[in-house]
Amino acid sequence: MDRTPRTDPRQSWTFSNSVNSEIRRAAATGIYDIRGGGAKRRVPHFDDLLFLGASMSRYPLEGYREKCDTAVTLGTRFAKKPIELKIPVTIAGMSFGALSGNAKEALGRGATMAGTSTTTGDGGMTEEERGHSEKLVYQYLPSRYGMNPDDLRRADAIEIVVGQGAKPGGGGMLLGQKITERVAGMRDLPVGIDQRSACRHPDWTGPDDLEIKILELREITNWEKPIYVKIGGARPYYDTTLAVKAGADVVVLDGMQGGTAATQDVFIEHVGQPTLACIRPAAQALQDLGLHREVQLVVSGGIRTGADVAKALALGADAVAIGTAALIALGDNDPKWEDEYRKLGTTTGAYDDWHEGRDPAGITTQDPELMKRLDPVAAGRRLRNYLAVLTLECQTLARACGHNHVHNLEPEDLCALTMEAAAMAQVPLAGTNWYPGKPGF
Amino acid sequence: MTTTLDMTALDLRQVNTRLQAAARAQANEDYVITNPRGSHAMACGLDGPLGVTIKGSTGYYCAGMNKEATITVEGSAGPGVAENMMSGTVTIHGDASQYAGATGHGGLLNIKGNASSRCGISMKGIDIVVHGNIGHMSAFMAQKGNLVVLGDAGDALGDSIYEARLFVRGSVKSLGADCIEKEMRPEHLETLAALLDKAGADARPEEFRRYGSARKLYNFNIDHADEY
Repeated sequence: MDRTPRTDPRQSWTFSNSVNSEIRRAAATGIYDIRGGGAKRRVPHFDDLLFLGASMSRYPLEGYREKCDTAVTLGTRFAKKPIELKIPVTIAGMSFGALSGNAKEALGRGATMAGTSTTTGDGGMTEEERGHSEKLVYQYLPSRYGMNPDDLRRADAIEIVVGQGAKPGGGGMLLGQKITERVAGMRDLPVGIDQRSACRHPDWTGPDDLEIKILELREITNWEKPIYVKIGGARPYYDTTLAVKAGADVVVLDGMQGGTAATQDVFIEHVGQPTLACIRPAAQALQDLGLHREVQLVVSGGIRTGADVAKALALGADAVAIGTAALIALGDNDPKWEDEYRKLGTTTGAYDDWHEGRDPAGITTQDPELMKRLDPVAAGRRLRNYLAVLTLECQTLARACGHNHVHNLEPEDLCALTMEAAAMAQVPLAGTNWYPGKPGF
Repeated sequence: MTTTLDMTALDLRQVNTRLQAAARAQANEDYVITNPRGSHAMACGLDGPLGVTIKGSTGYYCAGMNKEATITVEGSAGPGVAENMMSGTVTIHGDASQYAGATGHGGLLNIKGNASSRCGISMKGIDIVVHGNIGHMSAFMAQKGNLVVLGDAGDALGDSIYEARLFVRGSVKSLGADCIEKEMRPEHLETLAALLDKAGADARPEEFRRYGSARKLYNFNIDHADEY
């Protein structure tokens, strides 16, 4: 018997089992991998920041006695009717088509109970969301699916989508499996075919044109509606500057952890910047224009906790938007569906084939039987609870830093745990007064 | 009764406010706009029966999202004329710039001159009649409705087209991905005759060729990747 010692079998870091499985999948199908959600890779994030809290130089507020306000007003620059929200957390744009009618209703119910807004997505406005959303933001997308002036006027704000964090520079694709008669009818397309959403708007190119487009939308809606411009986390300083120059009341900035209903995995994982890296440049752009807080900044992409909310506000945001976290609050990726996730070849927490329309939780589907699994009343209540927790946590941290409004949080309340986070957030590395790129060092 | 609004005395907001209020009131009145001087977003968002005649050329997005109103531009129109129109009629006596009738859902856009590139882009049910020529990438991703061209069409006509129908009397420089010439059947001749009549076009349906979707790109297939 050969007794020659052997080294342990050694896996390649470069060609890991996960990488190899994708190579095999690609070789078998000839199609790139499409999935939902945002970037799954580890990137510097809010977890890499800490609040310093009050001490000798800061005076904390009493947690249960002293008020810490959370109200936010969006659209104060030009709109006659700005949106008043009770909390600085909004629901991000997600389409009917990608989501079931019950899911849209649940989002509206939860957001309304919490005193905040929901947002439509590609595919137009449904009665489920308008009827259950006290404040509804109507997205104006390149596809213009379902776009009409009546819905434009019954919206509370208009969000012109230039890009999104999961795919800056990319369009969308709702695969034929989810194109039921209702979805197809709203989009003026045949049932069962893949529906492409263009990456550029059909009738304007660049910020000079966008300025005129915004003028048109304001003229159609009597200058009442706040106009948001949503950008993906690509070049946040310049994109914010140009959005403001074009006339935006609100800039919505979506980092690469922001989700999508369906996009190529290669796009999600390899295009755009982490949310953490986007906020300071965008806030700086607003400050350089003398419009910080007059043009509001809404940040999205990976917001999960009240700490994330507080940190985003401290870095310069006026509010945040949640998408993936809201779906999880409704019941997405819940362990109670584990057996069914296994049948789909996945597991709880990893399910991201939202485009296939077979969601066991009844959220990212148009299958009538699966949709029934989501009770919009109960799911709306869960979302409301979750939003309440985000708000309470954010208030707790703000009070600990001595602030009577969450908008008074500031970069000086923070330190960073890593060099990368210090550089991106432009706050000092813990234990120092330095961050990479700080002037004077 | 015809009311004249002079844009040397009234600004855009004042003019649109007057027009929008009259449209909402379902008054079916006639308005004449003088001295438009290429203003953008003129007569946009009208939501009711109203006659509007603009004496001169307009800037971007004239008649945007029109519903029911009959709007005539006695000049040329800038980019995005009648974009996302829902119903009604918009007539341009001169030429139209890029994206004419973009994403329109209904109604008739009647362009007496030429239309530039991307005419009828993402159209969703609108009828567009162009008495002259149209530029490149027209009817890109066109979903529904009819585009009638009495002259010639530029490059990549109907690229990635869905179910819209394209009728061209002159030459087509090239067809875009998944756009093919299709048989002109009796029902198409009938539709075309009605549109030509409605637009006051001096042409016979038999002179046109029909183009539409080969429907090969409706569901992604790796074997068609080179088409994109």
